[in-house]
Amino acid sequence: MIQQEVTIKNRAGMHTRPAASLVKLAAKFKSEFFIEKDGLEINGKSIIGVMTLAAEQGSKLLLRFEGEDEELARAEIVGLIDRGFDE
Amino acid sequence: MSITDRHDEEITLKGIPASPGIAIGPAFIYHKDGPVVQERAIGEHDVDKELKKLASALTHAKKELSKIAEFAEKQLGSKQAKIFEAELMILDDSVLFDTIRMRVKKELKNIEFIVREEIGKYHTLMLASKDEYTRERASDVEDVQNRILRNLQEQRLVSKIEGSHIIVSKNLAAADALILSRNDVLGYVTELGGATSHMVLLARALNIPAIVGVHDISTKAHKDDVIVLDGYNGTLVINPSKETRKKFQEKREEHKEFEGNLATLRDLPAETLDGHKIQLSANVELQEELGFVKRQGADGIGLYRSETLLLGKEVFPAEEEQYKHYKAIADGVFPKHVVIRTFDIGGDKLMAQAVKENNPFLGWRGIRVMLDMPNIFLQQLRAILRASAKKNVSIMFPMVSHLKEVRKAKELLTVAKRELTDRKMEFDPDIRIGIMIEVPAAAVIADDLAREVNFLSIGTNDLIQYLLAVDRGNEIVSNLFQEFHPAVIRFLRRIIERGKNEHVQVGMCGEMAADPLATMLLLGLGLDDFSVVPHVLPEIKKIIRSVHYSEARHLAQKVLTMETEDEIESYMKDVMKLKFPDIPLE
Repeated sequence: MIQQEVTIKNRAGMHTRPAASLVKLAAKFKSEFFIEKDGLEINGKSIIGVMTLAAEQGSKLLLRFEGEDEELARAEIVGLIDRGFDE
Repeated sequence: MSITDRHDEEITLKGIPASPGIAIGPAFIYHKDGPVVQERAIGEHDVDKELKKLASALTHAKKELSKIAEFAEKQLGSKQAKIFEAELMILDDSVLFDTIRMRVKKELKNIEFIVREEIGKYHTLMLASKDEYTRERASDVEDVQNRILRNLQEQRLVSKIEGSHIIVSKNLAAADALILSRNDVLGYVTELGGATSHMVLLARALNIPAIVGVHDISTKAHKDDVIVLDGYNGTLVINPSKETRKKFQEKREEHKEFEGNLATLRDLPAETLDGHKIQLSANVELQEELGFVKRQGADGIGLYRSETLLLGKEVFPAEEEQYKHYKAIADGVFPKHVVIRTFDIGGDKLMAQAVKENNPFLGWRGIRVMLDMPNIFLQQLRAILRASAKKNVSIMFPMVSHLKEVRKAKELLTVAKRELTDRKMEFDPDIRIGIMIEVPAAAVIADDLAREVNFLSIGTNDLIQYLLAVDRGNEIVSNLFQEFHPAVIRFLRRIIERGKNEHVQVGMCGEMAADPLATMLLLGLGLDDFSVVPHVLPEIKKIIRSVHYSEARHLAQKVLTMETEDEIESYMKDVMKLKFPDIPLE
């Protein structure tokens, strides 16, 4: 299992469209993917869960990956968040 | 409940007029409450049956939503249809539905109960969020939940209604209004909702009369009660007497005939019989209104309120986001013109920051705020400049009271232009600059201010409130808020004359410009540009096209000698009744 903390950089935060991009990307990996924010942990492959996070600009998220392709999943997903979801 | 209680008594209620028109017909009470769900134990052999029910409910729910999205796109364009995207994505959330299926197997409980619990969990979390955007999305989640539950209980959507009805509901989502509009809907009445909600824009786009904010309507009206709905002034009558019905039927006929005649005016210029041309444009808050504005035959947008961009946001949107937005508006009206007013925050409008002021109307608002935050101001100026590349954009500063404010704002505009030149970006180097005249001090120095700019635009709502020292939101004194007060009329003349002496265009974007009773007077005072709420546009155009400029000037001269507002108002009413007996004066 690997963990990494990230900060939401894009101004609009993780609203519907970024949430959808994140979930779609996460679905490509076999690893389990969880996101924790302010003590609430949700499944990062669930759109309703990610919408619930209300991750605005500047919020810190703890990402947790577990599975055979966890390293690759981490790199790709952290990349997407750092690029501001390619908005 | 006895028959007399329910059917004899005429009840008149007031709401916020949201979409113009008059409707008379039976009520259809549209309940938005979710389906009733009970917890029930199931046997292991029932599990498969429950899961099959879920699969079929999801298929139906998806079909419903896709249809709504498709219908929305056809009726209103792809932007409106986006509202339904999030709901469709949730229906495809495999993590969510895997969890639900697993719980049914493990806990041996009925599928409705598990669906309600599992989705309800997220709904509760979202409702409790600090983020306004997320709280708003909670209603999407609730809609999805109820859509699935309804399909699980095999209740079809009550979107088919026999006969013509006025839809009465506590609250209507855009999806409901849209679906219901496929029936013969005469009008919409809701308890909640503001004048710019999605449902309201939809009603306007579909030409269906609507009133929102009618207190307790969903308990006061019953199924098939006859309702009269006046979308012009927000009046609603339940169980109208014969006389009341007749009165509204007549008003409706008057309006119908009048509006039929107005439709022919759309493509004609706002020009008096003796050839004096007026710019007649629209005040706009939302991009979604552009279609309506065009259909009303506006000469462009005389006031675009950029602060609506800030709604629901805690930080100022970035230059790029603002630029895209302004460009969409500018391209939407091209080759016609749009005046973008820089953020007018403070007073009763959105607060940029939570600043507590004892008297916000005399406080930090309009240009004062923006000059104190030069970086945010520059960001907006750059965004507006970039949207001006096709030369159909002007920029306007609100709440000016000192000459130095205009000079400072212009300096910043020069800085913004230089920055864009450095970045090799396109913009209109000769972009026209205007200011709002809404503070009496600005009216007094209108000539000095005019020398700094290309146009003046009079904001009557604030100007009258400051000039007469009356807060029109204060019920005790609001009757003293009088647009026909002689001081107001004389002040307007002064502003217009001072502006014209300096050869700048003088317009008005306040509510007075949209009052048909004032049109001839404003015309006669020499106003060049009327910017009004889109739905009154044809009416104002008709008045302008039916009078001589010379007679309007004569009328204005006469009014300027009058001593009381009652005298002025009754004179204007007499003139209107004589010249325009068909214009319904409200």
